[in-house]
Amino acid sequence: MNPSEQRAPREGEVRIPSGCAIAAVISKSGERMSGEGIIKAMRPMRERSNGLGGGFAGYGIYPEYRDFFALHIFYDSDAVRTECETYLRSALEIVRSETIPTRKLPAITDEPLIRRYFVTPLRSVLASMQVDENEFVARVVMRINTRFDGAYVFSSGKNMGVFKAVGYPEDVGEFYRLEEYGAYSWTAHGRYPTNTPGWWGGAHPFALLDRTVVHNGEISSYDANRRFIEMFGYRCTLQTDTEVITYIADYLIRKQGLTLTETASVIAAPFWSTIARKPESERRELEYLRAVFPSLLITGPFSIILGFTGGLMALNDRLKLRSMVTGEKGDRVYIASEEAAIRAMEPDAENIYAPTGGEAVIVKVREGAF
Amino acid sequence: MTCIDASGMDYAALNAAIRAHDGDIIIQNCMGQRFIGAGAQNHTIQIYGIPGNALGAYLDGATVEVFGNAQDAVGDTMNAGRIVIRGDIGDTAGYAMRGGRIYVHGNAGYRTGIHMKAYQDKLPVLVIGGRTGSFLGEYQAGGVIVVLGLDAVGERPIVSNFPCNGIHGGKLFLRSDCAEIAFPEQVTARPATPEDMAEIEEYLREFCALLDFDFDMLYASRYTVVTPDSQNPYQQMYVAN
Repeated sequence: MNPSEQRAPREGEVRIPSGCAIAAVISKSGERMSGEGIIKAMRPMRERSNGLGGGFAGYGIYPEYRDFFALHIFYDSDAVRTECETYLRSALEIVRSETIPTRKLPAITDEPLIRRYFVTPLRSVLASMQVDENEFVARVVMRINTRFDGAYVFSSGKNMGVFKAVGYPEDVGEFYRLEEYGAYSWTAHGRYPTNTPGWWGGAHPFALLDRTVVHNGEISSYDANRRFIEMFGYRCTLQTDTEVITYIADYLIRKQGLTLTETASVIAAPFWSTIARKPESERRELEYLRAVFPSLLITGPFSIILGFTGGLMALNDRLKLRSMVTGEKGDRVYIASEEAAIRAMEPDAENIYAPTGGEAVIVKVREGAF
Repeated sequence: MTCIDASGMDYAALNAAIRAHDGDIIIQNCMGQRFIGAGAQNHTIQIYGIPGNALGAYLDGATVEVFGNAQDAVGDTMNAGRIVIRGDIGDTAGYAMRGGRIYVHGNAGYRTGIHMKAYQDKLPVLVIGGRTGSFLGEYQAGGVIVVLGLDAVGERPIVSNFPCNGIHGGKLFLRSDCAEIAFPEQVTARPATPEDMAEIEEYLREFCALLDFDFDMLYASRYTVVTPDSQNPYQQMYVAN
């Protein structure tokens, strides 16, 4: 019997619309914060989730292995784990392999095997394939997620990690013992899919290499975006819009070399009527980006937080059909779906601001501070 | 006067506590609880902290006052009563309200006054002290929206993009000459006359009394009045983009 016939249906096999809660915090001085604060942020937004997905991404959490890719993998069984580990050893040097520490909670059940590997590509393999290590690891991730039924790589960057599960986000944070990690930035997500089979891999953040996306909304342009991005080797295995946003970010930033601001102008491009009223140089640039990447315009409601090494970018869809607020205190910047979530992290947050539709809010850790 | 400490309460518990009391209520340590005062008729509710979405939804005569910012969909479908926000307000303030008044000291987010309507003797009034985001008065069908731009800083216009899209009733008063604002072809924008100003005198007086603004200065300012042009009705926004 095919394994896929034995288990509950997965994402990609069932259509899932969703609403959600997102939050993030970053220390511009690179100070490391435990996961307790970001868990607090999710509590006042409980009604935005329904217990079918929660997750976090932390940056700067593995300083002792900062030069190695940290692969976080869910396995349905020991059999697929053995099979997948054989493949991993053929492509990568594994310097450490362990079970990700969790704590038993009544609210979190049916957990898969959750393993973590610190790896580096074998030089001989890189040389023979003539690709850089990022491209190689991205291909390994795509291969596992499409070829190994029952194995799913949900985190694959250096010195960062994604932690996600089926459950409310505050429970997921406790489950993964996030208070034991120190990160200079955290992002978080609480999920409200209305018709889900509830699979751990379908929770946010979605990640490829060090880029992660948490997303509140639903993308009308999903299939147009997917058809375009799959031409470049990405495989959308889950049919959820957030996955395609993650790959679009990887494609535009890593492969095309666009800046974050340019990337925002592609995926949340202003209306032509708005562009027509801009000053000449800005107008020409916006027209150029819309003309070159028309298939990567993302329509429909979204607010997203893109996490990457050394920073965060928050972005609303151009019509701003989802809410998002930012605030500051000292060297820290807070982002969330609701001001209450920011106040839960920092009661005295200042400069509360709601970014406009398509306005990218980019926050970076000071050079060399992470 | 009853004081409720909302720390650690979920929205259902907080709203049950509010309904269990008549008369004046002070909520302390509010932290994102939704639907506060939903459908309330007789209360006066004062809120310290940050109330959650849909504050005063279906409000039916009660008075709500927030000593800080409010989130999205304040006064959703409210029927009567008064909501006073001493800080800023999120998106879709006054969503589909058909009566009562909302007074905001600071700025408002996107889609302020979306789907506002009037009904028989009901005339909803929404006064924003600061600026508003895009899509002000989207699909407005009735009622009065006043935007004062009191903290307008630098180059930012009093309202952002696409104001009054789909409007087919009601009236907006913008304290600006609106030279920089691109209205859709389906509306008429013109300077306010003394007769127009007389329509909002009562609201401005109340707004200034509640939030400590200078009525004489505001009333003497130049306003642009926006109304739908019934000869040229709204057609589409979202398809041909």
